[in-house]
Amino acid sequence: MEKTRYELNKELAQMLKGGVIMDVTTPEQAKIAEDAGACAVMALERIPADIRAAGGVSRMSDPKMIRGIQEAVSIPVMAKCRIGHFVEAQILEAIDIDYIDESEVLSPADDVYHIDKTQFRVPFVCGARDLGEALRRIAEGASMIRTKGEPGTGDVVQAVRHMRVMNAEIRRVQNLREDELYEAAKQLQVPVDLVRYVHENGRLPVVNFAAGGVATPADAALMMQLGAEGVFVGSGIFKSGNPAKRAAAIVQAVTNYTDAKLIAEVSAGLGEAMVGINENEIALLMAERGK
Amino acid sequence: MRVGILALQGAFAEHGAVLDRLGVSHFEIRQRRDLEAPFDALILPGGESTAMGKLLRDLDLFDPLRTSILQGLPVFGTCAGLILLARDVEGGVPCFGTMDICARRNAYGRQLGSFHTEEIFDGLGRIPMTFIRAPYICSVGPKTRILASVDGRIVAASQENMLVTAFHPELTDSLAVHQYFLNMAA
Repeated sequence: MEKTRYELNKELAQMLKGGVIMDVTTPEQAKIAEDAGACAVMALERIPADIRAAGGVSRMSDPKMIRGIQEAVSIPVMAKCRIGHFVEAQILEAIDIDYIDESEVLSPADDVYHIDKTQFRVPFVCGARDLGEALRRIAEGASMIRTKGEPGTGDVVQAVRHMRVMNAEIRRVQNLREDELYEAAKQLQVPVDLVRYVHENGRLPVVNFAAGGVATPADAALMMQLGAEGVFVGSGIFKSGNPAKRAAAIVQAVTNYTDAKLIAEVSAGLGEAMVGINENEIALLMAERGK
Repeated sequence: MRVGILALQGAFAEHGAVLDRLGVSHFEIRQRRDLEAPFDALILPGGESTAMGKLLRDLDLFDPLRTSILQGLPVFGTCAGLILLARDVEGGVPCFGTMDICARRNAYGRQLGSFHTEEIFDGLGRIPMTFIRAPYICSVGPKTRILASVDGRIVAASQENMLVTAFHPELTDSLAVHQYFLNMAA
């Protein structure tokens, strides 16, 4: 029995389940994240809140900076490339990255096409707001999905919306008659065999995390109770008063996401949360990028 | 037989699915309270050993589980679970440290080094083995029995009540290694 590279890549995502993936910008932050119990780190030059503040074009990080983080920790290291920028992805594959996030947080390099991820040996995670986006990314070769949420805001409302929409659509597809799946595929603009998988299994064919706006242990537990299999935390940790403590608290809240008493305990005395911006106060909706 | 699966982080649900297929009852261990009812065996799943090690301590699970293992509770560690049991971890800090092996983390490199193969497992014949950012065992003590090697590297071993694999039997169709563990635990 020969397993494909794609299966091995989906299986790495399975190992990350129940865990927290943290945005880090330096080897020191990566070490803090690892020590706090992160199951992986996302190496990037600026966290989304700062990308948002700085404006301009935001690109893949310097490979040297990513290498520094790879050397600092033993957990998987992910990095972002721009939507459609397959050369940035080739570079990240060349430096032996564990996972590429083809991410709407960076400025899109292509306003029509996503990367053909089937052409890579390295795994990809992509953001999605609904079932159609998720299955299109999977058809292109993504081996892990996350909600888009609204990165860099500390506002969880969009991640909640995306997770609810996706799971409602999954339930709907599950309840269709077999002969209705072709029309569902047409409406979702995705291949019918992926719709059939969702119909039969009641879930995406890959692991599905929450991302975008998670700032507190309660936010993380909320996303888990809504059906996320793990959580990305971007600006929420290193834009807060006490990153190490907050990171460890979010990790505990994800493991015991139904235990309100425990979440209350770990939420106590965390210091200042990231300030946050409301969804309706921002000019740029990153979630609108890459459909 | 009732098996506890450490469910702090990682691929614990996959082990539960294998035990379901074998008709063995199991439960998840996420906090101290979960240890109140008696159980007969323990599975330490794949995931990130540093994340699990931190949570074991934060959630007060480290001491009771280590004591149980030392007292003979049958335990099966896959991948990260192997690292948790190892007495020595190259370049890292041991966790339970109950098994006389030295583990090398990410021994095959990063994700691009992950692979699938088939190899002989002592007493089970040729079985499928999936390695995801896997460790291997670089040395064993006198009481440790080597159960499988791939390209000269030790990838499965046992010692008294402890069984470890660097690969993930829970990610393949084969139930053989889990059955082997249940026989050990019976």
